[in-house]
Parts: sequence; structure tokens; C-alpha cells
Amino acid sequence: MAPGDERSPSAPAYAERLAWLEAQDAETPADQRGRRLANRAWAALWPMVLAIAIVLAIWQLIHLSGWKKLIFPAPGPTLANLWDQMQTAELWHAIGVTAMRAVIGFALAVVIGSVIGALVSRIPPLRAAVGSLITGLQTLPSIAWFPFAIILFGLNTTTILFVIILGAAPSIANGLIAGVDYTPPLLLRAGKMMGLRRLSLYRYLILPASLPAFVAGLRQGWAFAWRSLMAGELLVTIAGQPSLGVLLSTDQDQADMQSATSIIIVILILGIIVHTLFGVADRAIRRRWGLTGSV
Amino acid sequence: MVRQGNAMTVTGQRPTVEGVTGAVQLKSVSKVFGRGSSAVRALDQISLEVPPGEFTCLIGASGCGKSTLLNLVADLEQPTSGEVSVSGRVALMFQEPALFPWLTAAGNVELAFKARGAGRAERRQRTAELLDTVNLADFGGKRPHELSGGMRQRVALARALAQEADVLLMDEPFGALDAMTRDLLHDELDRVCAGRQLTIIFVTHNVREAVRLGDRVVVLSSRPGRVIDEFAVPIEHPRRIDSAPVAELAGRITDRLREEMSHGAR
Repeated sequence: MAPGDERSPSAPAYAERLAWLEAQDAETPADQRGRRLANRAWAALWPMVLAIAIVLAIWQLIHLSGWKKLIFPAPGPTLANLWDQMQTAELWHAIGVTAMRAVIGFALAVVIGSVIGALVSRIPPLRAAVGSLITGLQTLPSIAWFPFAIILFGLNTTTILFVIILGAAPSIANGLIAGVDYTPPLLLRAGKMMGLRRLSLYRYLILPASLPAFVAGLRQGWAFAWRSLMAGELLVTIAGQPSLGVLLSTDQDQADMQSATSIIIVILILGIIVHTLFGVADRAIRRRWGLTGSV
Repeated sequence: MVRQGNAMTVTGQRPTVEGVTGAVQLKSVSKVFGRGSSAVRALDQISLEVPPGEFTCLIGASGCGKSTLLNLVADLEQPTSGEVSVSGRVALMFQEPALFPWLTAAGNVELAFKARGAGRAERRQRTAELLDTVNLADFGGKRPHELSGGMRQRVALARALAQEADVLLMDEPFGALDAMTRDLLHDELDRVCAGRQLTIIFVTHNVREAVRLGDRVVVLSSRPGRVIDEFAVPIEHPRRIDSAPVAELAGRITDRLREEMSHGAR
């Protein structure tokens, strides 16, 4: 009993409470579960809904203020434009092309970044040689690579993938290196006492121990990959491949502000979806490891 | 550092005690950390012989180099001078359970078998047996963070046993636990040892715990660590930590430790 709660439950109050409890039980478990789920969904959704409403309201206010009246798009017609574009095959085709590049580029960056990270973290001379170079590459805006890549490969998908990899791989490599570095020494001692050596030590101890830092690196790498991809699609337009970047630059050429804004919203939503997926993975690991406050 | 099977004895990196398994010998072992004026002599001319199957407790104030001594026996560090010989495999248990948080309790124990190259079916079966031995049969599927401190240390004990070592080194393994849990784990350790031919070197700063568990209690001095005395524990098992004979011997050892510490203070 909580301190301060000194009254003992008197018999009538107790019976009342029992009756109330039974009344609660009258609901079927399926009903209850459904209601709980709805409650939880609402708790997660309403702040988002409110935020979107606020953004739309501010947008509408700017429009009403008459600032750049002829070109600044109003939210209503823009969303209508987005809805119209969603009925066309062109937008979905463009999303497909862009998503495919993102997946291929990011996958290559993961493979290359992981291999480099694994080698650099385990071979001290290699770390001394290229450790700071990797960090340097990470801070270099990848758009700076485009002239280099266009001259090297021409105006094609290879150029875009090349820049995505240069943008994302350093973050992924650094994530893995950080994870290896922060493997708790006590666990390393325990692993060595168990007879784990070299490859088995890496496979059963160091890699799993680095997983949280590695996922953080993936997340950051993804952000860089996505930016590099958008920059690439604006700079390198390839005939017959209507990507989101191509749609955007067409809108720019035609000064189609509503369509340009619609495409930006599409890009934003795609980014949020992928970010959410990384968040789910991150939370799953934290829960598994007992790093969250509540289990 | 190679320690696969009895590889340690095969590679000849370290001398072994002839003819017996599970024995530990230290011959005038010293360990100095650092160099020049900042050098710290952690262990000074330590000689210690632990016959197979004996439960030896090392006791001393902090700074007596107890953990360093275990690291030398475990081959995690090398002596500055002197000779450490161990026959058989060595397992080490720490004050923290040092379980892998991404594995379940059973997974942690099983990994020790995997490192030994045991097959899948054998691993499963022997893991279940060991978890049963430490009274955690129903908790194999739990992750370390879902277990209490005492349970985690029992998983760590099961993992150490899974290494099928001949020598088990324990570095204040129950130091972080409350008295009640520690008492239970003492009984459990007794029970586990009874069925096995295990040589145990158990480091603690709790004199009663040393008398409760050990066949022999070795007293170390501080800075540098030296063997200053040793006491046989001729008390019948089962023992209780609060029984009169345990308290009496613990009192004598404590007196000896106090005497040594007042020397150090002069």
C-alpha cells in the first residue's frame, strides 16, 4: 500500500470496486486489444497531425500575405497537383528509378564501407595511413565529386552511383570502426578466455558488439547517400530515365512551382519513411540489449 | 597466447607441471608495471603451489596484486621475472558477469562450447545440463539484462564450467552481490565443485568468505604483493559462513592482516 493511503478498504467500497472490475471484464479481450491499439496509434499520430496542420496553416498564411503572389504556390492547389501527379505513371516510374538507384548505391556503399571499416579497425598501419582520410572524406560535400565523376564516367548512372558511394561509405566505415573500438575490454578478455581467436573472436564477439554503432553509421550513411543522389539527379539527367531529379529540373525549366513543390514533398516523405525504418531497427537492438529504460 | 585444447602445453609457450592436470605453480614470480622512477612493483617474489583439486583462497587488502596474479595464471599478462606453470585449461570469472548482452543466457553458455568446437546437438544438451546445475533451467531464454545480479553471476559460472577448464580462477566473483545472494551462491559453488575435479583459485577481500569456501587461505601483503602467511582450513563441509569455527579462524586471519597493515602504515 502506498504511504499515506491509510484507510482500509471498507466492505461496501470493495464490493463496488469488484462490480466495476467485473463490468470491465464484460468487454471481450478482442475489443480491449483493438481499443488499446487504437489508443496507442492515436497517441503516436496526433502530434504528427498537429505538426502538419501547423505547417499547412503557416504556408497558407504566407500565401495570404501576398508575398511573391504570382509565383509562391498556395497549399490547396499544390496538394491537388500532387494528387493529380500520383494518378500518373510518370511519377511512380520516377520514384522507381530513384529508389532503385538509392538501393543499389547504398548497398554498394554498405559493402565497401564495411570491408574498409573492418580492415582499418583491425590493421593498425592501415588505420594510421587512411583513418583520418576516411574522416576527411566524410566531411567533404560529395557534390564536389560530380565534375570529377562526370569527366571520368560521363553523364550516366555510374557517375551517380560513384558519388553516392563516396558520400555514404566513409560514414559506414567510421561507424564500424567506432563500434570495434568501443567493444568493452572486459568482454574481450572474457571472449579470449573462452578460446575465441581471430576470426571467431571477430564473428562472435567484436561484430555483434559493434552492431549499435554500425547501425548509427548506416543511418548517417543513408542521409549522405540520399543527398548525393538528389544532387546527382539534378546534375546528371539521363534521357529515357525520368527520375525525381529529372522531374524537378523539368519543373524548374517550365517554372512550374506547384509541381516542383509536389516533388519536394514526395522526396521528403520518402526520406522520412527510410529514416523511420532505421529507427525501428535501432529500437529493436536497444530493446534486445536492455539499453532502454522500459522493456 | 594460444590456448586451444591443451595447446598451451603442446606449444610449449609455458612450462607445465609434470605429470598432473589442474596444478598451478608460481616460482618467485615478480610483476613490475611501468619503468624507471614510475615503476610499480605489483607482485614481489611470489611462490605458490596449488595442487590439483584444491580450493585456494587469496586474500589481502586492495593493492596486493590479487588480480594481477590471476592474470598471470590466465596468461593474459606475462611475469617480469620468475616462472608461472599451469597444467590444463584455465577459465576466468570476473567480479562483473561479463556476459554478452546480445545473447540469451543459454547462448552465452553455448558460445563457450562453440569456441571449443562442440557440435550443435552436444552444445544444446550440455548447455541445458549446465543451466540446470546452476538452477537456471527455466531462464535459458532470458537475456542478461532480464536477470538479477545473482542469476547473471550463475550464468557466468555456467559459462566458465562450459570451458571445461581444469583450473578455475575467480576474481571476487561475488563481491558485487548482497549477502543473502552471496550465501546462496556459496552453497551452489560447493555443490558444483563436489562433482568435479576442479582446481580453484578464488580471490576475495572478504575473510569469512575465504574461510567458508577454501581448503586453504593464502594471505598477501600490499604494495608489493607478497605471500605473508597461509592457513589450512580444517573445517568439515558443509560449512556455514556464520558458524563458530568459521568465525574463529576468520578472526585469526583478520588479526594477521591487521598486523600486516599496521606494518605497512609505519
